[in-house]
Amino acid sequence: MNNPFAQKKPRLEEKVEEKKSNLPEILQARLISEDGEEAGPPIDLPKDVTVEQLGLIVNALLQNEVKTPYLFFTFDDEIKSTLEEAIADKQIDTEKRLDIVYQPQAVFKVRPVTRCTSSMPGHAEAVVSLNFSPDGAHLASGSGDTTVRLWDLNTETPLFTLTAHKQWVLCVAWSPDGKKLASACKAGVVIIWDPETGKQIGKSLTGHKKWINGLSWEPYHQNPECRRVVSAGNDGDVRVWDTVLGRCQFVIGGHTGPVTSVKWGGNGLIFTSSKDRTVKMWKAADGALCKTFSGHAHWVNSLALNTDYVLRTGPFHPVTDKKLKYSDLSKTQLQEMAKKRYDTVCPDGIESFVSCSDDFTLYLWKANSNKFITRMTGHQNVVNDVKYSPDVKMIASASFDKSIRLWRATDGRFICTFRGHVQAAYTIAWSADSRLILSGSKDSTLKVWSVATKKLSTELPGHADEVFGVDWAPDGSRVASAGKDKVVKLWQY
Amino acid sequence: MPQNEYMERHRKLYGRRLDYEERKRKKEARAPKLRAKKAQKLRGIKAKIFNKERRNEKIQMKKKIQAHEEKKTPKQTEAVEDGAIPHYLLDRGMQSSAKVLSNMIKQKRKEKAGKWDVPIPKVQAQSDAEVFKVLKTGKTKRKAWKRMVTKCTFVGENFTRKPPKFERFIRPMALRYKKAHVTHPELKATFYLPIIGVKKNPSSPMFTSLGVITKGTVIEINISELGLVTQTGKVVWGKYAQVTNNPENDGVINAVLLV
Repeated sequence: MNNPFAQKKPRLEEKVEEKKSNLPEILQARLISEDGEEAGPPIDLPKDVTVEQLGLIVNALLQNEVKTPYLFFTFDDEIKSTLEEAIADKQIDTEKRLDIVYQPQAVFKVRPVTRCTSSMPGHAEAVVSLNFSPDGAHLASGSGDTTVRLWDLNTETPLFTLTAHKQWVLCVAWSPDGKKLASACKAGVVIIWDPETGKQIGKSLTGHKKWINGLSWEPYHQNPECRRVVSAGNDGDVRVWDTVLGRCQFVIGGHTGPVTSVKWGGNGLIFTSSKDRTVKMWKAADGALCKTFSGHAHWVNSLALNTDYVLRTGPFHPVTDKKLKYSDLSKTQLQEMAKKRYDTVCPDGIESFVSCSDDFTLYLWKANSNKFITRMTGHQNVVNDVKYSPDVKMIASASFDKSIRLWRATDGRFICTFRGHVQAAYTIAWSADSRLILSGSKDSTLKVWSVATKKLSTELPGHADEVFGVDWAPDGSRVASAGKDKVVKLWQY
Repeated sequence: MPQNEYMERHRKLYGRRLDYEERKRKKEARAPKLRAKKAQKLRGIKAKIFNKERRNEKIQMKKKIQAHEEKKTPKQTEAVEDGAIPHYLLDRGMQSSAKVLSNMIKQKRKEKAGKWDVPIPKVQAQSDAEVFKVLKTGKTKRKAWKRMVTKCTFVGENFTRKPPKFERFIRPMALRYKKAHVTHPELKATFYLPIIGVKKNPSSPMFTSLGVITKGTVIEINISELGLVTQTGKVVWGKYAQVTNNPENDGVINAVLLV
């Protein structure tokens, strides 16, 4: 496999033939981070050292004030219980130092959802889109009955019904400051709403000749006003709208097929995927074409940036900054916070992204190169959805072959498959701590998968029909799901 | 052939005639009259060519007028359709899927009563004489206690024949079936699925226990391939279906799923 990540680090590739039985009691090992930095001088470890003990060593070496949980890898494999077990079937030159890569995990933990706290009826038709606000305080759902509904999450009751669309509401997207909601319908109209009052802001944004497949807001750290939003139309156009002036700023018309997904990157670039088998990158300032990424053999269905989670949540860190009063902070302060969060994920400003396609494969790309990093194969049917984990270590993909697949984000290496759905898996959502994946399927169930055990964590039956949309609140407190049976369900631990 | 753009050059140097615009306007105004005169005068092949050209011109004109009129009239809003699907399923041309079996309790009640709303409510009864053929046995063929089933049967996998002395009913291998073509009435799709058992043959309880499949028989089908799920998230695998053809005549079993 094409693995540039592995080449960076000095790995013990030349292994001497040796039997596993004569593994010495003490191994000399070096603890290195993912970037190849050593935590300290090489140390002698007993071969039966456990993961917990390794964790203590790293925390001590790095002088962490808050104990951070770590994952450990050697030769690309995770050390599950002891070091001996992980390297037992490997042929290692014990004369040389052993490299152990440590990977920090989120300090907080999101508890898996286990029960349905409420099913909220209200929509008169199938619910096709669902989204939590970036601060996790609001929930919006769009339905086939042409309305958008806002739900009160404290009492779990309907809050507002937003009626202005004339057709099915296919997309809802929150602005990163959480003060605006954009919705798009099958007639190609985009409407901006105020979630506090439930009223429309400005006039309807018309221009698309066909329905809209995706919406994406300008990142908070670039413009804290949250003024511009981009929409991907099935007519092949991508339109950038100014929500204050209420008109189309410019039209990007470079795709020859319907545009399936659009993502506004954090570095002034817009990424679009299309059914013309390409992914294109545009300048957000004027809509000039920067790059065309071609490689897929069929429709490109969806696109995920490694910065998706930080761009979605903007200045908010819903878990660690829960007590912070965002309303007291000025916009420049918030912008700095958002910028800082963005820079931790993408320090050099070059985003990597992954695209999934009808040709059953996924491609991993980097924004600065025309050549893909890896082609991820394995799915046996159309890959419908792909998402980066919030800590940007893993990628999960949902396919119509009923499985969810997990990949390593750095080089696209296959990690595992989650099987259990009996019908096509439509959408997935990550928990904020990247330890759990939620998937919604045509078989009317939701399933929570554990990344650590690589097994099903909980099964959540309850919907009477296909589940079209799932979302995990950015603070990890709850999960929302909705589908063809017209109810929106909330799930909690 | 002019060797140069001398006309344009002259125009640039000296300008047009002073009455150029007026003459042009008048000429254009008179053009239809001249054309009408020409149309009346022309004969033969020239008339044909002229008329053809004129016809095409008129078609284009009408089209243009229509297009302009369309632009002016406000577009009628499309009626909202039922059965909303998310954007990732639009354009895919997916077949409508079956409703999940929500009425499990109802189904259980029906099962208890042994009554179903079946597609073929009235079934012609099969007489014993029609279904069974008497086999004469014994050295002098005077014993007649053995019967052979002349209809299609379903025989379970773990069935072993009794010794000939005790075998009262023979179910011929050639008429044994393991799979049936089952149509889902809502999906309007047919699947070739394994049979689990014969639930009821309306003609006689004995036929049911023998596994005789005739028209109108309710059979149990393994539908795990269809991936239907109950409300509690369990995969449905056994469902009943009614046989709609005469399998002994056709050589296949066609059935319709009871939803």
